[in-house]
Amino acid sequence: MAEIRVEHLRKAFGDFVAVQDSNFVVEDGEFFVMLGPSGCGKTTTLRMIAGLELPTGGKILLGGEDVTTRRARERDIAFVFQLFALYPHMNVRKNIGFPLLAQGMPGAEIRSRVEETAKLLRIDHLLNKSVSGLAGGDRQRVALGRAIVRRPKCFLMDEPLGTLDTEFRDLMVHELRELHNRIHATTVYVTHDQMEAMSMADKIAVMNHGVIEQFGMPREIYDRPATMFVADFIGSPPMNFLGFGGGLSKGAREIVVQGAKVAVPEVREDVAPAEMALGIRPEHIRFDDASKLRGAIYGTEYLGTTQIVAVETADGIIKARVPAEIRLNPGDHVGLALSSARLSLFAKGSGRAVRTEIHDSASKGRAHHG
Amino acid sequence: MSLTSAHSVVAPSATSKRVAGTIIVAYALISIVPLLWIFATSFKTPPDSIAYPPKILFQPSVEGYCNLFTTRTRQTPEYINSLGPATGLCDETVRKRNMVIAGPSNFMPRFVNSLIIAFGSTFCAVFLGTLSAYGFSRFKVPLADDLLFFILSTRMMPPIAVAIPIYLMYRELGLSDTALGMILLYTAVNVSLAVWLLKGFIDEIPREYEEAAMIDGYTRLQAFWRTVLPQATTGIAATAIFCLIFAWNEYAFAALLTSGTAQTAPPFIPTIIGEGGQDWPAVAAGTTIFLVPILVFTILLRKQLLRGITFGAVRK
Repeated sequence: MAEIRVEHLRKAFGDFVAVQDSNFVVEDGEFFVMLGPSGCGKTTTLRMIAGLELPTGGKILLGGEDVTTRRARERDIAFVFQLFALYPHMNVRKNIGFPLLAQGMPGAEIRSRVEETAKLLRIDHLLNKSVSGLAGGDRQRVALGRAIVRRPKCFLMDEPLGTLDTEFRDLMVHELRELHNRIHATTVYVTHDQMEAMSMADKIAVMNHGVIEQFGMPREIYDRPATMFVADFIGSPPMNFLGFGGGLSKGAREIVVQGAKVAVPEVREDVAPAEMALGIRPEHIRFDDASKLRGAIYGTEYLGTTQIVAVETADGIIKARVPAEIRLNPGDHVGLALSSARLSLFAKGSGRAVRTEIHDSASKGRAHHG
Repeated sequence: MSLTSAHSVVAPSATSKRVAGTIIVAYALISIVPLLWIFATSFKTPPDSIAYPPKILFQPSVEGYCNLFTTRTRQTPEYINSLGPATGLCDETVRKRNMVIAGPSNFMPRFVNSLIIAFGSTFCAVFLGTLSAYGFSRFKVPLADDLLFFILSTRMMPPIAVAIPIYLMYRELGLSDTALGMILLYTAVNVSLAVWLLKGFIDEIPREYEEAAMIDGYTRLQAFWRTVLPQATTGIAATAIFCLIFAWNEYAFAALLTSGTAQTAPPFIPTIIGEGGQDWPAVAAGTTIFLVPILVFTILLRKQLLRGITFGAVRK
């Protein structure tokens, strides 16, 4: 097992820049998820770590060694593909043993290693089956088996659950995390699904247009999004934005949104007057008739314990997550109370978060974890 | 991934199946009549073969095959009677026509030439085609589209249009009437077909297979050999049949460029007509034997051929 260090990594295909200036460190034994919409450069980054693409610039270090231009087969990594890439002309046993065969391992040893791996993944009863007859989840287990049988330095996974049914996917998310807890292999996992990312990752990098927008623990990314893109991409429904104008000065604790005063976490930096946005998670909105911030109910979405309520305000629709018991009718006018301590402030132009009180604990948290 | 289903969206009705079946049977009968005619003629005696009205039922004879494989000389009945008893079925048949066997004909060497040239050129075309197709499919080849178009363009006029220049070139290079020359020529004609057909097949094989193998410790060539080739067998077999049929049946170049040692069966068979009257049974016998290798090869690979013809419609 080894640490993966990516420094100023860049990849351009002609004029199109797929990845620009990526920097991150995946620590030994960590489960690292790269999350982003399709085409954001996450798969390209993964393929560069694997050695399937050569970077245009930057460095990749694996366990301290510079492997930037080394061939895939010389990197000692394992890769799980979205389509599993199980060889259809081999049975399960041969598929799992294929990487060991490349090393010239004696037959008897391959046999015992394959069987050991199959047991770990609970597919030992399938060893002599053809891979084409397997169910999605079992195919995924075979692909995982082929990855772990070699005991490589790290695992790279490219949307490995992308083609599975929802039912299988939840099961495999659980299994993958459990497997990781048992073997503690450094893992880089690429997905566009925030639920997979949030539930499995030790650390997440959120990517967009080839840029890492934020790198941190799942909780940090959810609570303190670094950019409006991250705030919008993570969370279901995503963070709401309400526009406001004017500058901010260090120490400010209040802003004015749609004529209503809203208490916010203490601002830690001066911001010149510009278009700003207040970011509010749906669960941080309560209905309170005393509030000056008002809107009309547009529609509701019942979810059992909670409901998502769309409220039409002067600045568009925002969504609130409130207890399901509250009775609401479309057209009702409501006051919106916001949980002041959990709000984020963004500069609309750059999309970046304004430093506030909530980031005080963030820097502590980051220092603590890494 | 596992879309092994559905050749068509809607299952055909019983009526449409019956109509389709009838058409297919009718077409098969029409196509097979000339073949049956040739097969029957090869077992007729020369008088039976030109009888009018044609004889459907006749006394089978091996005379056609005897005449195909031998050369004969005419002798007086006295001389034939002075010989000992006939040494075989052919000897006996030939003596009835006042002839004796003088030696083997050129048919066997010509047939062997055909085998060497057709299979040799098919192997070369498929080998080069597979590697080129893989290259075009997987690598960023500069001017790939133009190159592929150029390769295709070699098929845009009938090859025979360049017969005269090739004839002159071959004479100059000493390739006239050599097996090597014919193999090179048929390979050149077939390789464009092979590249295009195989590129289609290889494009369909996800590159993840080789990438997985390369990450697992194999070189690209090993990955190609162990993961791409086994999955491309369908395409390779289909391509090989198409190439073989062309090289096997090719007449014009063979007639022009081969006359002796490297002559193939197609230009040889018609020459039988000229030797001592129109010996249709011998021609038919030659044609029948000529059909056998393609028939065997096609039957062996028929599954792949079927998949090859419908390729693109069925996803693996």
